[in-house]
Amino acid sequence: MKVKVIVTLKNGVLDPQGKAIQQTLNGMAFDNVSEVRQGKYFDIEVNEDDESRAKSQVEEMCKKLLANLVIEDYKIL
Amino acid sequence: MKSSVIIFPGSNCDRDMDVALKKFGFENQMVWHNDAKIPKSDLIVLPGGFSYGDYLRCGSIAGKSKIIKSVIDFANSGGLVLGICNGFQILTETGLLPGILQQNKYLNFICKNVFVKIKNKENKYFKKIKKEVLELHIAHNEGNYFCSTDELKSIEDNGQIAVTYCDHKGNDDEKNNPNGALKNIAGIFNENKNILGMMPHPERMIDPFLSGEDGSLFFENLIESL
Repeated sequence: MKVKVIVTLKNGVLDPQGKAIQQTLNGMAFDNVSEVRQGKYFDIEVNEDDESRAKSQVEEMCKKLLANLVIEDYKIL
Repeated sequence: MKSSVIIFPGSNCDRDMDVALKKFGFENQMVWHNDAKIPKSDLIVLPGGFSYGDYLRCGSIAGKSKIIKSVIDFANSGGLVLGICNGFQILTETGLLPGILQQNKYLNFICKNVFVKIKNKENKYFKKIKKEVLELHIAHNEGNYFCSTDELKSIEDNGQIAVTYCDHKGNDDEKNNPNGALKNIAGIFNENKNILGMMPHPERMIDPFLSGEDGSLFFENLIESL
């Protein structure tokens, strides 16, 4: 089954790319954009039929590799 | 003294490091990332570069490579492990050093000489260096050191800050911070001071005709201290 993961920077962690995107959007006349936070999205195909088992494996993957918990949070969709 | 430089796919400062270590008397060997074991060494160096193309996060893939288990075991048994630039990023990704190197604050790749202030000399890396401020080279896109407030307090309390960015007089204030690093941190130790990670490249400053010689002071001290 396919498991989807989103990794984002924790609140309060500086996101200079998000800031640059926000400023560019403002420069393109999207004046009402006050903040952009950039993140990562993963589509993971796990050879596993049991959803909860697959998700718990992906959770391990997030903790060990996909996210760096010093600055990032992960969400399994 | 024996040293080992680990080569990952995408390392590009490995040969400079090899030249530097040999120049100052190390018997250096190059070790491939896919090897299971590291030959007997007094010092292991993780060199600069772009291991695995900086995929996912800088140093994250190298931090899970086959050789890393041996590096971690060596470090945990008190062996000296030095990570320069990408090597520093790998050390934080393995958890051997606290914190993380984020993208530079102003999103630019920085390649220039900087001054760094030595903050702690009670360790093998800086013990006999007489200068307080060294001129070294940096070349990175992700050198913006970050850690949690609790971690920062603990590394400050334990004297784990090794070097900070400063001017030629040693003023390590925000004005002399090239990349947004917390407290101008350019390099840190682990708690026992046997592991050092730093963004500046001492191996690029070992020749007075090409660059400068403050890197020589670093290697001269290292071979003497071991």
